[in-house]
Amino acid sequence: MIIWLQILINITFSYIASVGFALIINVPHRALNFAGINGVLGWMVYWVSFRAHFGRAIPNLLAALALGIFSLLFARIKKCPVTVFNIPGLVPLVPGVPAYLAVRALLIGETATAVTMLIRVAVVTGAIAVGTLLATMLMERDYHLRRAWRHYKAR
Amino acid sequence: MRQSEETEFYQQVLAICLTAGRLMIVGGSEMYRVEDTMLRIARNAGVRDPRVFATPTGVFMSLAGGELSQMIQVRERNMNLELVDRVNGLSREFANHELDFAELRDQIEAVETTTPSFPLWLQVLGAAALSATLMVLFMNDYDWINFPAAAGVGGLGFLAYVWFKQMTRIRFISELLATIVMGLLTLLLHRLFPVTTVANILIGGLMTLVPGLALTNALRDLFMGDLLSGVVRLFEAGLTAVSLGAGVALVIKFFGA
Repeated sequence: MIIWLQILINITFSYIASVGFALIINVPHRALNFAGINGVLGWMVYWVSFRAHFGRAIPNLLAALALGIFSLLFARIKKCPVTVFNIPGLVPLVPGVPAYLAVRALLIGETATAVTMLIRVAVVTGAIAVGTLLATMLMERDYHLRRAWRHYKAR
Repeated sequence: MRQSEETEFYQQVLAICLTAGRLMIVGGSEMYRVEDTMLRIARNAGVRDPRVFATPTGVFMSLAGGELSQMIQVRERNMNLELVDRVNGLSREFANHELDFAELRDQIEAVETTTPSFPLWLQVLGAAALSATLMVLFMNDYDWINFPAAAGVGGLGFLAYVWFKQMTRIRFISELLATIVMGLLTLLLHRLFPVTTVANILIGGLMTLVPGLALTNALRDLFMGDLLSGVVRLFEAGLTAVSLGAGVALVIKFFGA
């Protein structure tokens, strides 16, 4: 498939998926559109870096970092808690399917597949969590820096 | 006389903070945000030395250096971000003195009953769209044969899940039964249209139920230092994964793939 069509499909589908999940978890009306946009941003960061052969952990970390930063920005614009944007945005990334596949493989008796999937779940979950926390930390630093700057200018 | 009035006020503050905290946990907020909001409400009400301990199954709070304390149990937890947003907004308005204490109390008590949710058909539509699109994104081979099938299975499975959840109070049974419904639907579709792939449709359909977000939130709580709540949420996510896997494995065992 040509690359432009692939990009177009990825953008529209990640938007639809994030908004679809936002409908299920009852995201406030005014935040729906931004939740979708957040999902697109996160997924595209993941998709591009995954296609650039960064492995599995780094793309997830980068995507979660981008998502975290954008969610914090959107949260300031829309005056909503950060979670409102972060959770629908993370939906295309989180390793729900490997978790289910691991249990299924275990119950069917394919132990090797189960272990592979479990490790994948651990790696991806860890990467996403670290990415989100890095974003939180960066924004905290940013806040402190700005406050220090304002103090400095006031003096 | 003065003393008892103050005590009554403190009890009211405790009740408000605990309700706010419970609503936020029901809505699926992170623990540090719950504790933060409760402390903020208490401080803005002018209470000395508030202390909070929040877990996913119960919240404890004490005021005035531990002289008074109350706790509240949290029985159900699901995702409802509108609740989190409402409570957060109210606490912010209270901090900016746009609301006085009595108004805050009335509004927080009203939040649980007046918070709107999207109509069920829209939620089912969302589930269907989510299932179909994420299946395509995950499989990364742009198969359009399973696209409508995943949408149908995802939507109907979500409907079944909501229905079973209203029927029973047992937590993980509704996931298990919904997965069995999805498995049967998928097999039926596969019998009718042999070009479809069972594994792909199931992965799409299950997207609404898989515990990916629960896992991520659990890890985030762990990293923020809320060890207890992180472990509880990790376990909850694990049990959800087990019930999904068990449902599918049962269907495949008895009806063949």
